[in-house]
Amino acid sequence: MAKILKMVTQRLALGFLTLFVVSMIIFLGVELLPGDFAQEILGQSATPETVAAFRRELGLDLPWYTRYFDWLGGVVQGDFGKSLASRRDVSDLIGGRLLNTLFLAAVAAAISVPVAMILGVLAALYRNTLFDRTINVFTLTSISFPDFFVAYILILFLAVNWNIFPSISNVSSDLGFWEHVYRVILPALTLTLVIVAHMMRMTRAAIINLLASPYIEMAMLKGISRSRIVTHHALPNALAPIINVIVINLAFLVVGVVVVEVVFVYPGLGQLLVDSVAKRDIPVVQASCLIFAATYILLNLTADVLSILTNPRLLHPK
Amino acid sequence: MAQIWKLLKSAPPTALFGLAVIAAYILVAIFGPLLTPYGESEIVGSQFELWGEGFVLGTDNLGRDMLTRLIYGARNTIGIAFVTTCLAFLIGGVLGLLATTLGGWADQLLGRLVDVLMAIPILIFALLILTITGTSVPVLILVIAVLDSTRVFRLARSVSMNIVVLDFVEAARLRGEGTWWIITREILPNAMPPLVAEFGLRFCFVFLFISALSFLGLGIQPPTADWGSMVRDNATLITYGDITPLLPAGAIALLTVGVNFVVDWFLHKTSGIRDDK
Amino acid sequence: MTSNGGNNGEVLLEMRGLRIEGQSEDQWNEIVHGIDLTLRRGEVLGLIGESGAGKSTIGIASMGFARPGCRISGGSIVFDGMDLRAASDEQLRKLRGSRIAYVAQSAAAAFNPAHKLIDQYSEAPVQHGVKRKGEAEKEAMELYRRLRLPDPENIGFRYPHQVSGGQLQRAMTAMAMACRPDLIVFDEPTTALDVTTQIEVLAAIKDVVEEFNTAAIYITHDLAVVAQMADRIMVLRYGDLVEEDNARDMLANPKEDYTRQLLAVRTYRKEEAPPDESPVPLLEVRNVTASYGGRVIVLDDVSVKVGRGRTVAVVGESGSGKSTLARVITGLLPPSEGAVLFDGEELPATYKKRSRDQLRHAQMIYQMPDTALNPRQRIRDIIGRPVSFYLGLKGADREKRIRELLEMIEMDPDEFIDRLPGELSGGQKQRICIARALAAEPELIICDEVTSALDQLVAEEILKLLQRLQDDLGVTYLFITHDLATVRAISDEVVVMLEGRVVEQGGKADIFTPPHDPYTDLLLSSVPEMDPDWLDNLLADRAARKARGEKVMETSDQ
Repeated sequence: MAKILKMVTQRLALGFLTLFVVSMIIFLGVELLPGDFAQEILGQSATPETVAAFRRELGLDLPWYTRYFDWLGGVVQGDFGKSLASRRDVSDLIGGRLLNTLFLAAVAAAISVPVAMILGVLAALYRNTLFDRTINVFTLTSISFPDFFVAYILILFLAVNWNIFPSISNVSSDLGFWEHVYRVILPALTLTLVIVAHMMRMTRAAIINLLASPYIEMAMLKGISRSRIVTHHALPNALAPIINVIVINLAFLVVGVVVVEVVFVYPGLGQLLVDSVAKRDIPVVQASCLIFAATYILLNLTADVLSILTNPRLLHPK
Repeated sequence: MAQIWKLLKSAPPTALFGLAVIAAYILVAIFGPLLTPYGESEIVGSQFELWGEGFVLGTDNLGRDMLTRLIYGARNTIGIAFVTTCLAFLIGGVLGLLATTLGGWADQLLGRLVDVLMAIPILIFALLILTITGTSVPVLILVIAVLDSTRVFRLARSVSMNIVVLDFVEAARLRGEGTWWIITREILPNAMPPLVAEFGLRFCFVFLFISALSFLGLGIQPPTADWGSMVRDNATLITYGDITPLLPAGAIALLTVGVNFVVDWFLHKTSGIRDDK
Repeated sequence: MTSNGGNNGEVLLEMRGLRIEGQSEDQWNEIVHGIDLTLRRGEVLGLIGESGAGKSTIGIASMGFARPGCRISGGSIVFDGMDLRAASDEQLRKLRGSRIAYVAQSAAAAFNPAHKLIDQYSEAPVQHGVKRKGEAEKEAMELYRRLRLPDPENIGFRYPHQVSGGQLQRAMTAMAMACRPDLIVFDEPTTALDVTTQIEVLAAIKDVVEEFNTAAIYITHDLAVVAQMADRIMVLRYGDLVEEDNARDMLANPKEDYTRQLLAVRTYRKEEAPPDESPVPLLEVRNVTASYGGRVIVLDDVSVKVGRGRTVAVVGESGSGKSTLARVITGLLPPSEGAVLFDGEELPATYKKRSRDQLRHAQMIYQMPDTALNPRQRIRDIIGRPVSFYLGLKGADREKRIRELLEMIEMDPDEFIDRLPGELSGGQKQRICIARALAAEPELIICDEVTSALDQLVAEEILKLLQRLQDDLGVTYLFITHDLATVRAISDEVVVMLEGRVVEQGGKADIFTPPHDPYTDLLLSSVPEMDPDWLDNLLADRAARKARGEKVMETSDQ
């Protein structure tokens, strides 16, 4: 048990270290790149005085480590500074949008995870059959489609031609839960279509890999029934790879929302990020990037830790 | 020639379809200007003209010929994605092979660096950098190539890691061969099949990625014809049930489907050979 | 084990004209060509043959099973009156595990890592409805005791990875016994084990099979092992039956040439090379201590001298440090203490600092010819590279030298020079490795288990070739091996290693004549001989010595 605790602690420590380094990169990326950032923002016509004043306002005259730790200190308390474009607190801009993004991701995950798992396991069990080949062609195609292509096809049919769902996911905080779900169903479906393909292929590969193990053959030669082989022999060993597949794809999902939010004009963090990049609103970009990156890192960390915790060799050391 | 013919005959229909698609795209990209009477950014009509005489697929939001833009888009979008992928392979492949062959601290250092870079989602990272640098084609290529090279590095490293421990590499080391010989003569020929497959997959990824950036308005900038931004510029038509904006999107999808089919076949073939041993 | 079934018992399993096909590159090729097999109750049948003989495929077909990529294409398999080829999946499932059980080669892979040993033991009886769990567990402990597993009450509550290889193999035998089947298929159950561990497993298997009067199919490539276990032996080659006979009769009086070759395989002996008269040995390993990562010491104060033109065999079991010794000599693993001297001159500790000539003088041949040759290089380039790299030959001179080398290893240059390694057999690949080593014109060749990945007959040809080359060229060999038959065949001097130390070293005659060091004794006495009574006699002898109060060393894998 001591060993497993040590490994988990190590992973956690490493994860947080990564997070720290990433926050530094996000903050200091501005610094490392050539050119005067304030000059860039204000344009060539700005007078030296304006530029100097702007630099002071941003704190660019202070050494980088002072600014970094000020910023990090603020971030820890939920203060991301002020937006350059709207002069509002970044945290105000982000708060509600983050919830919207998480809501969309959650709806997509709730649909895609079970569908992908079931299809993936079925494809692995009925390998090389017509079913498997059809699924393979379908998922390959789906992986190859750009997100916005899938999105517009769904809009064309489900919103424009048949008028079942709204093509613009306009939400506000006073909506009821189901109304909210209804409005995000198209972006969620788009995400689902893209992610199910990935997740299903990975699940299939993991299960096939597992079913080729000698202990599965041994179970067959012991006359164990097919269903018991799956539940009793394959599943306990499949947990780690399957958890991995799910979490990796959830991480993918959180990032994948960016394009989809733009298509459906959904007021989420992704759209805010894209708008702010276009406006070069650095504090907002930094904050959004940090949140996306942190979610991604934490999800991957979870996968790491869970796969340690489900490994029988580590759970029952010598 | 006979061998190629035999290989093609054994290919599944999906792979043949993929090969045909890729060939068609390459031809269009090369001979694009000969296929259309109009210039790339030439305004030839009024906005959003319908499909028909003169403009086979109508005109876009500024009155440029849609088909012409599509043809030029093949050049730009595929060309940029291809160059980017090549650059990513050059950086990631060389570093990955070096890391395994040299081992020790060089491997550790590169490995950690890539770990950190990969901890940030590539889209987020790209947006962050493009905010600061602004978008121009060379910057776009460089940024995406560097970010994507981390994935290539990982693969090149893990593939060559499996090769570098084999006895024939040890034999070459003990013979006194230099690093260059070991990489080019002993490791690389054996690492080729997975790297070739990965090239196809990375190309798809980069191609989709650049299209997504352009779609967001943060990639290839106007007036250059590019499929991602064409979707964005004409997206409003979809709400009127006009499928014109789906054409550039479909063009992207078709190529990636084609490449993926071919790669899938290739992977199946090369892994089949491995099973025989 | 001779009196159980013999020829009088009731027929339990009968195969007629069994044909099996294997798939390669979308084509089905026949790999078993019409085998007839009869097994009576309580009888032990040995299936023996080299790789590609189809013995394992036939063995597993007796359960009505074909591995993925194989299919049973013809003939009949009748088990106790039931036609297995006509049986439904459900009927076969009920048969497997309860009436026919299987013991795999690698127990470590065949046990599910997620479950305890005893749960895997009781799974088959409970699922087949033969016994309740508590009852099965009690019986498991009984069997564990009978199989002489340590701590039989508790060992079942461990997970597979918590138990050593030899113990796992016995636990798997117990698991196969769980439903008291009529037939057990043993598929090379001791091949992956060290010789001293093998004895324990063989004794355990023999004991329980006799106790419960179970019929068995025992599959192995080792005639000496099967001689201990089987009542009757079938010799197979390329999917055909070569010879079938009562075990004793076959050993005493083999009818076919192929069987005779298999029997003679361990009898080759070289003549001793003349002693090295020069004052300085060619290679000297002086007080070497080495470890991986500075923690676990794998070599502890090891000293070895190798005289010119001689063959020194370093013998030991897994974990003895013999391969590490080779890594230290070649400079892949710099020692923490001690030195390696070549011709009286100290070599730099790492190969990176050695001169090209120093590297050239000591060449290496590897265990796995598959991985020792770059699959993307043609034979010409594989052998030609050291020729041009070390000796600077180019063009026609280089080509001439490559052809000479191919002739030295008895391979036709015209036929082989343009081939890729994938187009050669295992033995041919190993010959190419020898040619590559010779191309450097070395004084010393380190042979690291060069015959253990090869079939026995091929291995013997390789040994003879190496010997002829030594006679012709005067090259010196350092032989790293776990196989005492190889040691006996080829060595002039022997170094016995155990857990990183040299236990005993000396001339071959000294080492093989008593009195021995206790470990050498254990090692030597554990090598199976072609005598059907060898195992029984050995166990009786060890028991008697123990009873007399003598100290008898036992395998560390208890």
